[in-house]
Amino acid sequence: MKNAAGKDMFSKLVYERPKTLLDRRLHYCPGCHHGTIHKIIAETIDELGQRENTVGIAPVGCAVLLYDYMDLDILEAPHGRAPALATGIRRALPDRVVFTYQGDGDLASIGMSEIIHAANRGENITVVFVNNTTYGMTGGQMAPTTMLGQKTTTSPYGRDFRTEGYPIRMAELLAGLEGVAYSARVTVSSPAHIRKAKEAVRKGFEMQLKGMRMGLSIIEILSTCPTNWGMKPLDAQKRVLGEMADYFPLGVFKEKKQADFE
Amino acid sequence: MTTSAACAVKRILAKGNEAVCHGAIAAGCRFYYGYPITPQNDIPEYMAAQMPKIGGSFLQAESEVATINMMLGTASTGTRVMTSSSGPGISLMQEGLSFMVGSQLPAVIVNIARSGPGLGGIAPSQGDYFQATKVAGHGDAHLICLAPHSVQEMYSLTMLAFDLADKYRNPVMILGDAIIGQMKEPYEPTPYTSVVPEKPWALTGAAGRAARSVKSMFLKEGEIEAHNWKLLEKFRKIREEEVRFERYMIEGAKFLIVAFGTVARVAKTSIQWARSEGIPVGMLRPISLFPFPEEQVREAIEGVEKVLVAEMNTGQMVEDVQKSTPHHDKIRFFGKPCAMPTPDEILAQIRLIAGVKQ
Ligand SMILES: Cc1ncc(C[n+]2csc(CCOP(=O)(O)OP(=O)(O)O)c2C)c(N)n1
Ligand code: SF4
Repeated sequence: MKNAAGKDMFSKLVYERPKTLLDRRLHYCPGCHHGTIHKIIAETIDELGQRENTVGIAPVGCAVLLYDYMDLDILEAPHGRAPALATGIRRALPDRVVFTYQGDGDLASIGMSEIIHAANRGENITVVFVNNTTYGMTGGQMAPTTMLGQKTTTSPYGRDFRTEGYPIRMAELLAGLEGVAYSARVTVSSPAHIRKAKEAVRKGFEMQLKGMRMGLSIIEILSTCPTNWGMKPLDAQKRVLGEMADYFPLGVFKEKKQADFE
Repeated sequence: MTTSAACAVKRILAKGNEAVCHGAIAAGCRFYYGYPITPQNDIPEYMAAQMPKIGGSFLQAESEVATINMMLGTASTGTRVMTSSSGPGISLMQEGLSFMVGSQLPAVIVNIARSGPGLGGIAPSQGDYFQATKVAGHGDAHLICLAPHSVQEMYSLTMLAFDLADKYRNPVMILGDAIIGQMKEPYEPTPYTSVVPEKPWALTGAAGRAARSVKSMFLKEGEIEAHNWKLLEKFRKIREEEVRFERYMIEGAKFLIVAFGTVARVAKTSIQWARSEGIPVGMLRPISLFPFPEEQVREAIEGVEKVLVAEMNTGQMVEDVQKSTPHHDKIRFFGKPCAMPTPDEILAQIRLIAGVKQ
């Protein structure tokens, strides 16, 4: 890493950009977790040696520019349909690693049918599900994961269960399906949580490698959207670990072992 | 698109819907996704039985929305893929079709059309003409659209559809209907001889090459406009090079029928009957509906006194016929939505334009 004058700032290499991550400036807002999540995925793909064997799917949502940030073959999905696209890729190329990257509007609202059925079929794909309790890209509207009482641009008086129902817990819901090999909920709100998140993402990817192939894996990541929450980045981190983690408990909800399958 | 007499292939008896499957398999299609809907269920049923036997993959999707998106995924890997559907199912695919056009992905969609609007009925119809020829979902998007009128063409045009899809990197629709799908007649399963082109855009994992993306969003200044012009240029080339049509008994004709698909097939009988009555009538049959054989229709209309446009709808292709010629006063429309016209009914229409007393 060099400073503005082009001099080395450190004598020792403390951080190296994963090969899968391109050296580009991310467009995400300050305090947004999308960038950290990209990095975790990129590191995992590097570590598993799968960069040249992976096809990723970019969602409609703030992360639509995934293909500008990752040195991977990437297909852009219509809103919510990534698991169907992933199905089509994985069936045509059964030896490739295929992952989707989806927001909560994308996966839990418009794409609910596609995720449930891909999961139920046990498609060998990894789903990285970024739950920031709102529609980031379109300006902070209510999502199926929006917390009760949370004000959004389309729930200006706060989400009310009597009219809008309850925030949906996707990791638990999907864990209940036979076709799901791995389901976990993590956050990236502290270095310790990032380590755990990375473990989960790695497990998720490993599930579709040769010798495993036990079904769909989903890693739900509780994330921030400081911009649309109207919060400072630090307060947003606190909200994730407080109110959000209270309702959306962190943990592993399902992990198939090879033995389950035999 | 009739087969050449030179290649003596044994004729087989098949339904139109089966011939579509034979054509797809002959063209190397090994991936089929679909969702049940009448009157095309024999296509997925046939593919479900055949695909596993020939190293292919059949998957009954959870909906037509999922179907078209599974196709998008498979097509993005450079692999040939097909679906079939009808009415409401084709409507549900429109967003995905637009994404395919925008992302320049090849795929074949077979529409065994039923009557609408809404749930409509399972009777044959050509009411999807506008949807099939004017748009592919939202945006400035078009499908290439082919309209078979025989079991033979259900076979050969399906093979052609795969070639055109790859050549232009655009989805191609086969527009049939309940009659053409269920009709049984002998046809020649001629061998597939095309060379499948390289696909240097396909997503296969970036092994030993730069990473690729397949997408339809372009955010940089001027990029989306440039993309639209590029697509337009492609559609212009398609209009120039891919017009297909049949001239039937057009020699010396004073009266002209313009019809496609099932109606054209029925009209052939009516024309023979009319000719035997001494009425000089012929037909210009568009085989490609997009691109529409505008030039050929214009030219054919020049030489005749009256034109009958016959369709199984309330009047759709007739607009393209009107667009092709200044002689609107020559054109008479005969529509029969939601049912196949009989040869007698078309004959009556021929007599009418010919001024023959009935
Ligand atoms: C069919 C369709 N409907 C609506 C939209 C508009 N749209 C774009 S992004 C988005 C929401 C994205 O929210 P989310 O999935 O939570 O991702 P985030 O932006 O928060 O990362 C919507 C509704 C669209 N592109 N396509
Ligand atoms: S709008 Fe929200 S989700 Fe989108 S980049 Fe900004 S903070 Fe992140």
